[in-house]
Amino acid sequence: MYETNYHRPSSVEEAVSLVGSTESGKFLSGGMSLLPAMKQRLAAPSDLVDLRHVEEMKGITVNGREVRIGGAVTHFEIKNSDEIKSVCYGLHHMASVLGDPQVRYMGTIGGSVANNDPAADYPAAMIALDATIHTSKRAVKASEFFVGLLETVLDDDEIVTAVSFTAPEISGYEKFRNPASRYAMCGVFVAKTGSTVRVGVTGAGADGVFHWDEAAQALSANFAPDAVANLSVDPGGMLSDLHGSSEYRANLVKVMAKRAVASAK
Amino acid sequence: MTKVAMKVNGRQVSGEVEGRTLLVHFLRENLGLTGTHVGCDTTQCGACTIHMNGQAVKACTILAAQAEGTDIVTIEGIATGGELHPMQAAFKQHHGLQCGFCTPGMIMASIDIVNRHGSDLDEQTVRHELEGNICRCTGYHNIVKAVLAAAGAQEQRQAAE
Repeated sequence: MYETNYHRPSSVEEAVSLVGSTESGKFLSGGMSLLPAMKQRLAAPSDLVDLRHVEEMKGITVNGREVRIGGAVTHFEIKNSDEIKSVCYGLHHMASVLGDPQVRYMGTIGGSVANNDPAADYPAAMIALDATIHTSKRAVKASEFFVGLLETVLDDDEIVTAVSFTAPEISGYEKFRNPASRYAMCGVFVAKTGSTVRVGVTGAGADGVFHWDEAAQALSANFAPDAVANLSVDPGGMLSDLHGSSEYRANLVKVMAKRAVASAK
Repeated sequence: MTKVAMKVNGRQVSGEVEGRTLLVHFLRENLGLTGTHVGCDTTQCGACTIHMNGQAVKACTILAAQAEGTDIVTIEGIATGGELHPMQAAFKQHHGLQCGFCTPGMIMASIDIVNRHGSDLDEQTVRHELEGNICRCTGYHNIVKAVLAAAGAQEQRQAAE
Protein backbone atom coordinates (compact mmCIF):
# COMPACT_ATOMS: atom_id res chain seq x y z
CA MET A 1 0.00 0.00 0.00
CA TYR A 2 1.27 3.47 -0.82
CA GLU A 3 1.61 5.93 2.02
CA THR A 4 -1.52 7.85 3.00
CA ASN A 5 -2.61 10.25 5.75
CA TYR A 6 -5.40 9.29 8.11
CA HIS A 7 -8.00 11.76 9.43
CA ARG A 8 -10.87 11.25 11.88
CA PRO A 9 -13.56 13.94 11.61
CA SER A 10 -16.66 13.98 13.80
CA SER A 11 -19.11 15.74 11.47
CA VAL A 12 -20.12 15.59 7.80
CA GLU A 13 -19.10 19.22 7.36
CA GLU A 14 -15.63 18.61 8.78
CA ALA A 15 -15.22 15.46 6.62
CA VAL A 16 -16.16 17.33 3.43
CA SER A 17 -13.79 20.18 4.17
CA LEU A 18 -10.96 17.77 5.04
CA VAL A 19 -11.26 15.90 1.74
CA GLY A 20 -11.46 19.22 -0.11
CA SER A 21 -8.15 20.32 1.40
CA THR A 22 -6.23 17.21 0.25
CA GLU A 23 -4.49 16.35 -2.99
CA SER A 24 -6.44 13.19 -3.80
CA GLY A 25 -8.19 12.28 -0.56
CA LYS A 26 -10.98 9.73 -0.27
CA PHE A 27 -13.66 9.01 2.30
CA LEU A 28 -13.07 5.79 4.25
CA SER A 29 -16.18 4.10 5.59
CA GLY A 30 -15.89 0.45 6.67
CA GLY A 31 -12.91 0.08 4.34
CA MET A 32 -13.88 -3.43 3.25
CA SER A 33 -13.49 -2.53 -0.44
CA LEU A 34 -11.19 0.51 -0.35
CA LEU A 35 -8.46 -0.94 1.86
CA PRO A 36 -8.13 -4.20 -0.16
CA ALA A 37 -7.95 -2.03 -3.32
CA MET A 38 -5.23 0.09 -1.71
CA LYS A 39 -3.31 -3.01 -0.63
CA GLN A 40 -3.25 -4.11 -4.26
CA ARG A 41 -2.23 -0.58 -5.28
CA LEU A 42 -5.37 -0.27 -7.39
CA ALA A 43 -6.13 2.89 -5.38
CA ALA A 44 -3.68 5.32 -3.84
CA PRO A 45 -5.50 8.22 -2.18
CA SER A 46 -3.19 10.82 -0.60
CA ASP A 47 -5.50 10.97 2.43
CA LEU A 48 -8.22 8.89 4.05
CA VAL A 49 -11.06 10.63 5.88
CA ASP A 50 -12.67 8.14 8.26
CA LEU A 51 -16.48 8.41 8.44
CA ARG A 52 -16.98 5.84 11.20
CA HIS A 53 -17.00 8.46 13.94
CA VAL A 54 -19.53 10.83 12.35
CA GLU A 55 -22.47 10.60 14.75
CA GLU A 56 -25.05 12.15 12.38
CA MET A 57 -24.51 9.28 9.90
CA LYS A 58 -25.40 6.57 12.42
CA GLY A 59 -28.71 4.98 13.34
CA ILE A 60 -31.75 3.33 11.79
CA THR A 61 -35.17 5.05 12.01
CA VAL A 62 -38.39 3.23 11.18
CA ASN A 63 -41.63 5.26 11.30
CA GLY A 64 -44.50 3.07 10.20
CA ARG A 65 -43.26 1.96 6.79
CA GLU A 66 -40.84 4.85 6.30
CA VAL A 67 -37.25 3.68 6.75
CA ARG A 68 -34.12 5.77 7.01
CA ILE A 69 -30.69 4.18 7.44
CA GLY A 70 -27.61 6.31 8.18
CA GLY A 71 -24.71 6.01 5.77
CA ALA A 72 -22.36 4.76 8.51
CA VAL A 73 -24.71 1.95 9.58
CA THR A 74 -22.98 -1.43 9.27
CA HIS A 75 -24.33 -4.56 7.63
CA PHE A 76 -24.30 -6.16 11.08
CA GLU A 77 -26.52 -3.41 12.49
CA ILE A 78 -29.03 -3.90 9.67
CA LYS A 79 -28.96 -7.68 10.18
CA ASN A 80 -29.36 -7.14 13.90
CA SER A 81 -32.28 -4.68 13.60
CA ASP A 82 -35.63 -6.17 14.62
CA GLU A 83 -37.34 -3.13 13.08
CA ILE A 84 -35.78 -3.73 9.65
CA LYS A 85 -36.59 -7.43 9.98
CA SER A 86 -40.24 -6.68 10.65
CA VAL A 87 -40.77 -4.12 7.85
CA CYS A 88 -38.41 -5.29 5.09
CA TYR A 89 -37.54 -8.99 5.02
CA GLY A 90 -35.56 -8.70 1.78
CA LEU A 91 -33.11 -6.08 3.05
CA HIS A 92 -32.70 -7.90 6.36
CA HIS A 93 -31.97 -11.15 4.55
CA MET A 94 -29.53 -9.35 2.23
CA ALA A 95 -27.57 -7.97 5.20
CA SER A 96 -27.34 -11.44 6.71
CA VAL A 97 -25.82 -13.03 3.59
CA LEU A 98 -23.60 -10.12 2.64
CA GLY A 99 -19.85 -10.75 2.92
CA ASP A 100 -18.92 -12.68 6.06
CA PRO A 101 -19.37 -11.91 9.78
CA GLN A 102 -16.09 -9.99 10.04
CA VAL A 103 -16.91 -7.88 6.99
CA ARG A 104 -20.46 -7.24 8.25
CA TYR A 105 -19.11 -5.67 11.46
CA MET A 106 -17.09 -3.10 9.50
CA GLY A 107 -18.75 -2.54 6.11
CA THR A 108 -21.43 0.13 5.82
CA ILE A 109 -24.44 0.68 3.59
CA GLY A 110 -23.25 4.18 2.66
CA GLY A 111 -19.84 2.90 1.64
CA SER A 112 -21.28 0.07 -0.44
CA VAL A 113 -23.78 2.34 -2.22
CA ALA A 114 -21.11 5.00 -2.91
CA ASN A 115 -18.64 2.42 -4.23
CA ASN A 116 -21.23 0.79 -6.53
CA ASP A 117 -19.21 -2.35 -7.10
CA PRO A 118 -20.85 -4.38 -9.91
CA ALA A 119 -21.11 -7.34 -7.51
CA ALA A 120 -22.30 -5.36 -4.46
CA ASP A 121 -25.65 -6.38 -2.98
CA TYR A 122 -27.20 -3.11 -1.76
CA PRO A 123 -27.52 -1.40 -5.16
CA ALA A 124 -30.07 -4.09 -6.20
CA ALA A 125 -32.10 -3.34 -3.06
CA MET A 126 -31.89 0.43 -3.55
CA ILE A 127 -33.21 0.08 -7.13
CA ALA A 128 -36.01 -2.33 -6.20
CA LEU A 129 -37.03 -0.30 -3.15
CA ASP A 130 -37.03 2.90 -5.25
CA ALA A 131 -34.86 4.33 -2.47
CA THR A 132 -33.63 7.88 -2.11
CA ILE A 133 -29.89 8.33 -1.61
CA HIS A 134 -29.18 11.29 0.67
CA THR A 135 -25.80 12.94 0.26
CA SER A 136 -23.99 15.87 1.83
CA LYS A 137 -25.24 17.96 -1.14
CA ARG A 138 -28.60 16.60 -2.29
CA ALA A 139 -31.14 13.77 -2.40
CA VAL A 140 -31.12 11.54 -5.49
CA LYS A 141 -33.37 8.66 -6.55
CA ALA A 142 -31.46 5.34 -6.75
CA SER A 143 -32.45 4.99 -10.42
CA GLU A 144 -30.47 8.16 -11.17
CA PHE A 145 -27.73 7.65 -8.57
CA PHE A 146 -26.04 4.56 -10.05
CA VAL A 147 -24.34 5.43 -13.33
CA GLY A 148 -22.15 2.45 -14.29
CA LEU A 149 -19.54 0.02 -12.98
CA LEU A 150 -18.08 1.62 -9.82
CA GLU A 151 -19.65 4.92 -10.94
CA THR A 152 -22.30 7.09 -9.34
CA VAL A 153 -23.36 10.73 -9.59
CA LEU A 154 -21.28 11.53 -6.48
CA ASP A 155 -18.68 14.29 -6.67
CA ASP A 156 -15.27 13.60 -5.12
CA ASP A 157 -16.17 15.60 -2.00
CA GLU A 158 -19.73 14.25 -1.63
CA ILE A 159 -20.76 11.74 1.07
CA VAL A 160 -23.69 9.32 1.15
CA THR A 161 -25.12 10.34 4.53
CA ALA A 162 -28.24 8.12 4.50
CA VAL A 163 -30.67 6.10 2.39
CA SER A 164 -34.44 6.15 2.81
CA PHE A 165 -37.36 4.23 1.36
CA THR A 166 -40.94 3.18 1.95
CA ALA A 167 -40.91 -0.45 3.03
CA PRO A 168 -42.70 -2.72 0.54
CA GLU A 169 -45.39 -5.19 1.61
CA ILE A 170 -43.32 -8.13 0.39
CA SER A 171 -39.65 -8.33 -0.52
CA GLY A 172 -37.00 -10.95 -1.20
CA TYR A 173 -33.39 -11.27 -2.28
CA GLU A 174 -31.50 -14.22 -3.69
CA LYS A 175 -28.03 -14.36 -5.15
CA PHE A 176 -25.77 -16.84 -6.87
CA ARG A 177 -22.29 -16.62 -5.40
CA ASN A 178 -19.03 -17.17 -7.09
CA PRO A 179 -17.89 -20.39 -5.38
CA ALA A 180 -14.41 -18.96 -4.65
CA SER A 181 -14.80 -15.24 -3.96
CA ARG A 182 -18.42 -15.59 -2.72
CA TYR A 183 -19.33 -12.34 -4.48
CA ALA A 184 -22.68 -12.25 -6.25
CA MET A 185 -22.43 -13.36 -9.88
CA CYS A 186 -26.06 -12.35 -9.97
CA GLY A 187 -28.36 -11.09 -7.23
CA VAL A 188 -32.02 -10.20 -7.64
CA PHE A 189 -34.10 -8.14 -5.22
CA VAL A 190 -37.88 -8.09 -5.68
CA ALA A 191 -40.22 -5.68 -3.88
CA LYS A 192 -44.02 -5.67 -4.09
CA THR A 193 -46.44 -3.04 -2.83
CA GLY A 194 -50.07 -3.33 -3.94
CA SER A 195 -49.90 -4.29 -7.60
CA THR A 196 -46.55 -2.59 -8.16
CA VAL A 197 -43.47 -4.79 -8.35
CA ARG A 198 -39.88 -3.64 -8.79
CA VAL A 199 -36.93 -5.88 -9.64
CA GLY A 200 -33.30 -4.84 -9.01
CA VAL A 201 -30.49 -6.92 -10.51
CA THR A 202 -26.84 -6.77 -9.43
CA GLY A 203 -23.70 -8.67 -10.43
CA ALA A 204 -24.84 -9.46 -13.94
CA GLY A 205 -25.34 -6.29 -15.99
CA ALA A 206 -22.50 -4.98 -18.15
CA ASP A 207 -23.34 -1.45 -16.95
CA GLY A 208 -23.84 -2.48 -13.33
CA VAL A 209 -27.07 -2.62 -11.38
CA PHE A 210 -30.32 -2.33 -13.37
CA HIS A 211 -34.10 -2.53 -13.05
CA TRP A 212 -35.53 -5.50 -14.97
CA ASP A 213 -38.63 -3.88 -16.43
CA GLU A 214 -40.13 -6.95 -18.15
CA ALA A 215 -39.98 -9.04 -14.99
CA ALA A 216 -41.52 -6.22 -12.97
CA GLN A 217 -44.43 -6.05 -15.41
CA ALA A 218 -44.95 -9.81 -15.46
CA LEU A 219 -44.77 -10.04 -11.66
CA SER A 220 -47.17 -7.12 -11.25
CA ALA A 221 -49.78 -9.22 -13.05
CA ASN A 222 -48.89 -12.45 -11.27
CA PHE A 223 -46.45 -12.47 -8.34
CA ALA A 224 -45.26 -16.05 -8.76
CA PRO A 225 -41.95 -17.63 -9.83
CA ASP A 226 -43.57 -18.99 -13.00
CA ALA A 227 -44.45 -15.47 -14.15
CA VAL A 228 -40.85 -14.89 -15.29
CA ALA A 229 -40.38 -18.39 -16.73
CA ASN A 230 -41.08 -17.32 -20.31
CA LEU A 231 -39.07 -14.10 -20.21
CA SER A 232 -35.62 -13.92 -21.65
CA VAL A 233 -32.73 -11.64 -20.80
CA ASP A 234 -30.55 -10.31 -23.63
CA PRO A 235 -27.01 -11.68 -23.10
CA GLY A 236 -25.77 -8.60 -24.98
CA GLY A 237 -26.31 -6.52 -21.86
CA MET A 238 -24.61 -8.95 -19.47
CA LEU A 239 -21.11 -9.10 -18.02
CA SER A 240 -18.82 -11.77 -19.36
CA ASP A 241 -15.63 -12.86 -17.60
CA LEU A 242 -13.69 -15.97 -16.61
CA HIS A 243 -16.34 -16.78 -13.99
CA GLY A 244 -19.23 -16.94 -16.43
CA SER A 245 -20.26 -16.01 -19.96
CA SER A 246 -22.93 -13.43 -20.68
CA GLU A 247 -25.35 -16.24 -21.70
CA TYR A 248 -24.74 -17.94 -18.34
CA ARG A 249 -25.42 -14.70 -16.46
CA ALA A 250 -28.54 -13.97 -18.53
CA ASN A 251 -29.95 -17.30 -17.40
CA LEU A 252 -28.88 -16.64 -13.80
CA VAL A 253 -30.89 -13.40 -13.74
CA LYS A 254 -34.06 -15.36 -14.46
CA VAL A 255 -33.26 -18.15 -12.01
CA MET A 256 -32.40 -15.73 -9.18
CA ALA A 257 -35.56 -13.70 -9.90
CA LYS A 258 -37.65 -16.88 -9.55
CA ARG A 259 -35.93 -17.76 -6.28
CA ALA A 260 -36.30 -14.22 -4.91
CA VAL A 261 -40.05 -14.32 -5.63
CA ALA A 262 -40.36 -17.78 -4.10
CA SER A 263 -38.60 -16.74 -0.89
CA ALA A 264 -40.13 -13.24 -0.60
CA LYS A 265 -41.98 -12.41 2.62
CA MET B 1 4.26 9.05 11.49
CA THR B 2 1.40 9.31 13.95
CA LYS B 3 1.05 8.04 17.45
CA VAL B 4 -1.67 5.47 18.17
CA ALA B 5 -2.86 4.21 21.52
CA MET B 6 -5.22 1.35 22.27
CA LYS B 7 -5.84 -1.41 24.76
CA VAL B 8 -4.48 -4.80 23.69
CA ASN B 9 -5.29 -7.88 25.78
CA GLY B 10 -6.09 -5.66 28.75
CA ARG B 11 -2.88 -3.65 28.56
CA GLN B 12 -2.71 0.00 27.42
CA VAL B 13 -0.22 0.23 24.53
CA SER B 14 0.96 2.91 22.14
CA GLY B 15 3.33 3.24 19.21
CA GLU B 16 4.40 5.25 16.19
CA VAL B 17 2.82 4.16 12.90
CA GLU B 18 2.53 5.33 9.31
CA GLY B 19 -0.92 6.25 8.02
CA ARG B 20 -0.89 3.07 5.94
CA THR B 21 0.20 0.70 8.73
CA LEU B 22 -2.31 -2.13 9.06
CA LEU B 23 -3.50 -3.15 12.51
CA VAL B 24 -2.16 -6.68 11.98
CA HIS B 25 1.34 -5.30 11.32
CA PHE B 26 1.14 -3.07 14.39
CA LEU B 27 0.20 -6.11 16.50
CA ARG B 28 2.85 -8.39 15.03
CA GLU B 29 5.76 -6.04 14.46
CA ASN B 30 5.39 -3.31 17.09
CA LEU B 31 3.92 -5.42 19.86
CA GLY B 32 5.45 -8.80 18.94
CA LEU B 33 2.05 -10.52 19.07
CA THR B 34 2.69 -12.92 16.21
CA GLY B 35 -0.21 -15.24 17.01
CA THR B 36 -2.36 -13.15 14.65
CA HIS B 37 -1.49 -14.38 11.15
CA VAL B 38 -1.58 -12.94 7.64
CA GLY B 39 -2.78 -15.61 5.22
CA CYS B 40 -3.92 -13.68 2.18
CA ASP B 41 -3.90 -10.21 0.72
CA THR B 42 -7.54 -10.03 -0.20
CA THR B 43 -9.53 -9.97 3.09
CA GLN B 44 -10.84 -13.47 2.48
CA CYS B 45 -8.91 -15.95 4.62
CA GLY B 46 -9.62 -14.66 8.15
CA ALA B 47 -6.29 -15.81 9.65
CA CYS B 48 -5.85 -12.28 11.02
CA THR B 49 -9.18 -12.24 12.90
CA ILE B 50 -9.04 -10.40 16.24
CA HIS B 51 -11.69 -8.79 18.44
CA MET B 52 -12.07 -5.00 18.28
CA ASN B 53 -14.48 -3.64 20.89
CA GLY B 54 -15.86 -7.16 21.25
CA GLN B 55 -16.42 -7.80 17.53
CA ALA B 56 -14.47 -10.24 15.34
CA VAL B 57 -12.81 -8.25 12.55
CA LYS B 58 -9.97 -8.78 10.06
CA ALA B 59 -6.87 -6.97 11.31
CA CYS B 60 -5.36 -7.02 7.80
CA THR B 61 -8.10 -4.71 6.53
CA ILE B 62 -8.10 -2.14 9.32
CA LEU B 63 -5.52 0.59 9.67
CA ALA B 64 -3.75 0.83 13.01
CA ALA B 65 -4.94 4.45 13.05
CA GLN B 66 -8.57 3.29 12.73
CA ALA B 67 -8.08 1.21 15.89
CA GLU B 68 -6.99 4.27 17.91
CA GLY B 69 -8.82 4.20 21.25
CA THR B 70 -10.31 0.71 20.81
CA ASP B 71 -10.15 -2.40 22.97
CA ILE B 72 -8.36 -5.21 21.09
CA VAL B 73 -8.18 -8.89 22.04
CA THR B 74 -5.88 -11.26 20.15
CA ILE B 75 -5.37 -15.02 20.39
CA GLU B 76 -2.70 -14.34 23.02
CA GLY B 77 -5.30 -12.71 25.28
CA ILE B 78 -8.00 -15.36 25.67
CA ALA B 79 -6.48 -18.01 27.94
CA THR B 80 -6.71 -17.33 31.66
CA GLY B 81 -3.53 -18.12 33.52
CA GLY B 82 -2.40 -21.52 32.30
CA GLU B 83 -5.91 -22.56 31.32
CA LEU B 84 -6.97 -22.59 27.68
CA HIS B 85 -10.12 -20.76 26.65
CA PRO B 86 -12.92 -23.33 26.14
CA MET B 87 -12.73 -22.72 22.38
CA GLN B 88 -8.97 -23.44 22.36
CA ALA B 89 -9.53 -26.56 24.46
CA ALA B 90 -12.26 -27.76 22.10
CA PHE B 91 -10.07 -27.27 19.00
CA LYS B 92 -7.38 -29.34 20.75
CA GLN B 93 -9.78 -32.05 21.88
CA HIS B 94 -11.59 -32.40 18.55
CA HIS B 95 -8.46 -32.09 16.42
CA GLY B 96 -9.80 -28.92 14.79
CA LEU B 97 -6.45 -28.13 13.20
CA GLN B 98 -3.67 -29.70 11.25
CA CYS B 99 -0.99 -27.20 10.19
CA GLY B 100 -2.40 -24.61 12.59
CA PHE B 101 -1.96 -21.55 10.40
CA CYS B 102 -5.65 -20.62 10.26
CA THR B 103 -6.31 -21.63 13.86
CA PRO B 104 -5.88 -18.29 15.70
CA GLY B 105 -8.34 -16.65 13.30
CA MET B 106 -10.70 -19.62 13.44
CA ILE B 107 -10.76 -19.48 17.23
CA MET B 108 -11.31 -15.71 17.42
CA ALA B 109 -14.11 -15.93 14.83
CA SER B 110 -15.66 -18.93 16.60
CA ILE B 111 -15.70 -17.20 19.99
CA ASP B 112 -17.58 -14.33 18.33
CA ILE B 113 -20.08 -16.79 16.81
CA VAL B 114 -20.79 -18.29 20.23
CA ASN B 115 -21.01 -14.81 21.79
CA ARG B 116 -23.81 -14.00 19.33
CA HIS B 117 -25.63 -17.33 19.20
CA GLY B 118 -24.95 -18.86 22.62
CA SER B 119 -25.32 -22.61 22.83
CA ASP B 120 -28.26 -22.40 20.42
CA LEU B 121 -26.02 -23.33 17.49
CA ASP B 122 -26.45 -25.92 14.77
CA GLU B 123 -24.00 -27.24 12.23
CA GLN B 124 -25.45 -25.23 9.35
CA THR B 125 -25.18 -21.96 11.27
CA VAL B 126 -21.56 -22.65 12.25
CA ARG B 127 -20.64 -23.43 8.64
CA HIS B 128 -22.37 -20.27 7.34
CA GLU B 129 -20.81 -18.11 10.05
CA LEU B 130 -17.30 -19.44 9.36
CA GLU B 131 -17.55 -18.16 5.79
CA GLY B 132 -14.89 -15.53 6.48
CA ASN B 133 -12.26 -18.08 7.53
CA ILE B 134 -10.45 -20.44 5.20
CA CYS B 135 -8.75 -23.68 6.25
CA ARG B 136 -6.79 -25.67 3.66
CA CYS B 137 -6.13 -28.77 5.80
CA THR B 138 -9.05 -30.00 7.81
CA GLY B 139 -12.00 -29.91 5.43
CA TYR B 140 -13.73 -28.02 8.27
CA HIS B 141 -15.49 -31.06 9.79
CA ASN B 142 -13.50 -31.10 13.02
CA ILE B 143 -13.53 -27.32 13.28
CA VAL B 144 -17.33 -27.36 13.17
CA LYS B 145 -17.36 -30.17 15.75
CA ALA B 146 -15.06 -28.14 18.04
CA VAL B 147 -17.20 -25.00 17.79
CA LEU B 148 -20.38 -26.94 18.57
CA ALA B 149 -18.71 -28.63 21.55
CA ALA B 150 -17.25 -25.36 22.82
CA ALA B 151 -20.56 -23.48 22.53
CA GLY B 152 -21.89 -25.07 25.70
CA ALA B 153 -18.59 -24.79 27.59
CA GLN B 154 -18.04 -21.13 26.68
CA GLU B 155 -21.52 -20.21 27.89
CA GLN B 156 -20.87 -21.98 31.20
CA ARG B 157 -17.62 -20.07 31.68
CA GLN B 158 -19.32 -16.74 30.96
CA ALA B 159 -22.11 -17.55 33.40
CA ALA B 160 -19.54 -18.37 36.08
CA GLU B 161 -17.72 -15.06 35.52
